[in-house]
Amino acid sequence: MTDTSPENPGNGGRKYWLDNPRNVDKVYWSVILVCVGLFLADALYHKHPEFGIEKVFGFYGLYGFFACVGLVLAAKGLRLWLMRGEDYYDDNEDKS
Amino acid sequence: MVLGIPPGLFLIAGALLVPLFQGRWRQMYMLFLPLAGLWCLVDGASGTFFAFTFFDYDIVPVRIDRLSLIFGYIFHIAAALSVVYAWHNKDIVEQMAGLAYAGSGIGALFAGDLITLFVYWEAMAVTSVFLIWARRTNASYAAGMRYLIIQVGSGVLLLSGAILMAHDTGSIAFEKMTLGSLATWLILLAFGIKCAFPFMHNWLQDSYPEATVTGTVFLSAFTTKCAVYALARGFPGTELLIYVGAAMTAFPIFYAVIENDLRRVLAYSLNNQLGFMVVGVGIGSTLAINGAAAHAFAHILYKALLFMSMGAVLYRVGTVKGSELGGLYKSMPFTTVFCIIGAASISAFPLFSGFIAKSLTLSAVAHDGYFAVWLILLFASAGVFHHSGIKIPYFAFFAHDSGKRCKEAPLNMLIAMGITAFLCIAIGVHSPWLYSLLPYDVDYAPYTTSHVIGQVQLLMFSALAFAVLMRFKIYPPELKSVNLDFDITYRKWLPAIYKWIIARTRDGWQSILQDLRQGVHRFVAYMFRHHGPEGILARTWPTGSMALWVAVLLGGFLLTYYL
Repeated sequence: MTDTSPENPGNGGRKYWLDNPRNVDKVYWSVILVCVGLFLADALYHKHPEFGIEKVFGFYGLYGFFACVGLVLAAKGLRLWLMRGEDYYDDNEDKS
Repeated sequence: MVLGIPPGLFLIAGALLVPLFQGRWRQMYMLFLPLAGLWCLVDGASGTFFAFTFFDYDIVPVRIDRLSLIFGYIFHIAAALSVVYAWHNKDIVEQMAGLAYAGSGIGALFAGDLITLFVYWEAMAVTSVFLIWARRTNASYAAGMRYLIIQVGSGVLLLSGAILMAHDTGSIAFEKMTLGSLATWLILLAFGIKCAFPFMHNWLQDSYPEATVTGTVFLSAFTTKCAVYALARGFPGTELLIYVGAAMTAFPIFYAVIENDLRRVLAYSLNNQLGFMVVGVGIGSTLAINGAAAHAFAHILYKALLFMSMGAVLYRVGTVKGSELGGLYKSMPFTTVFCIIGAASISAFPLFSGFIAKSLTLSAVAHDGYFAVWLILLFASAGVFHHSGIKIPYFAFFAHDSGKRCKEAPLNMLIAMGITAFLCIAIGVHSPWLYSLLPYDVDYAPYTTSHVIGQVQLLMFSALAFAVLMRFKIYPPELKSVNLDFDITYRKWLPAIYKWIIARTRDGWQSILQDLRQGVHRFVAYMFRHHGPEGILARTWPTGSMALWVAVLLGGFLLTYYL
């Protein structure tokens, strides 16, 4: 393994597609595009719901989005309460 | 049976002979063991074997039926893949422990009575801990100790339950049980510990990331899935398990989002996956038990694949901390692809193994009308994609370039990952292959339009949430840290309470001793005052004065006599 600085990552002069921020933007916008397409796809097929809530237009998409945003924000909040330094357990262990 | 040896025991016995082989021969021999075991199961008949009576109790060392068989297949496959992944490793402790551990797990699957189960149960604990200790760091030693105490404790509970069961019913057969008596509760608790139920889960996240690169791949397959099997055998349809399982799917994902050690993230997501299986067991319908078994089968493969890819990173870079990685796709392109396949499988993308397995459980939950549980499982499905599906590959292989450059993983690791990845896709694409192995006949079509679109919507919008949160820099960065979990109770609080009590009792004891000593001092001082060199009772008196006093007394006596 050779460590090199991020400015000169030693790719052997090779430039990767994702190294260009504009291509990262392309990935970002294509995810949005796919999601819009999937959301609208709900109009095109007949659902077989077990529960009434599944009949809501784009239910799975909306649920997935807000569940994940909620998950991340809650987890971020939990950090305030749960996060400790890496050596938190070291003082009463690893003495041997 | 291979050579007339029970499955499981064959691998354990085979492990003992590993030192007799060297170099390539040893690699071949180690691969031969699980493959031979698998071969003999494939055309093996069901039924009970080697049964004998011991003090009026029926010991059934081997019971083969469709439920134990599917777990038996995948345990052998996992053992073979783990062996290939570990081929470069020359550590004989790990080689023997890995095979013996796999054998113990397989033996436990086929145990037809609780005593046989107990023996293999403890053998799993004792053999597997060497995979943790083989890391040979202080942290792994301590984590291994904690692991061993908890695992052996689970076995002790199982044995206590079995003895009570024998006392209550006169039988030690391992069959379906109904919760009620103390015996059944103890057995459920024993299973629950190994299955990482909430509040009994922390041994998993504590120890697996501390094990060796190759050891964690072994560990990820057997112990917990053996517990799932034991639950499916002993407690199918126990409603309590539905809620326990739902809790297991949900709470670990919060930890997974903020955890920095990527192998620990995988341990949390393993816990979440076990939750789905436990829910399936709790529902207990044929569809749900099929779901739990299918999920276990698929899960062992993709979880092993994810641990393999992170193991390869640890092997090459020396760390799997998200805060120190990034941009590794440039150095390890194959590992990156395999990791993404594992990530897509665990996230249950259509055409990957997780999809056809998880669908069974979700449909069973919906079919039986558990709306709240269904919502939690859906949330957990989105969450698992978020932390295992995106976070793991993103922070290891993409994110911002850490500047770290290394070699691609060794060839044997790539072969193991390649075969595992192939299986993940094959199972997902051709669902009848896995469905035909399930304990009950399957009449289920996973690839319906509404099902596929619903699932892809759920996942892509989760990806969208990740992308948006990243874009607006709301997503919590990877930080060097540990997060408090339930293990704080026995790593901090109990030792602190112990020290406090010792300190208090020592203080109390000291003051009692001091009081006693003071009393003695006072007594001695009192005696000293009266009997010491200066004491009134210890003074020396001249004999003359004594004679005088005697004369006075005699005189007094004479006087009173005449009066």
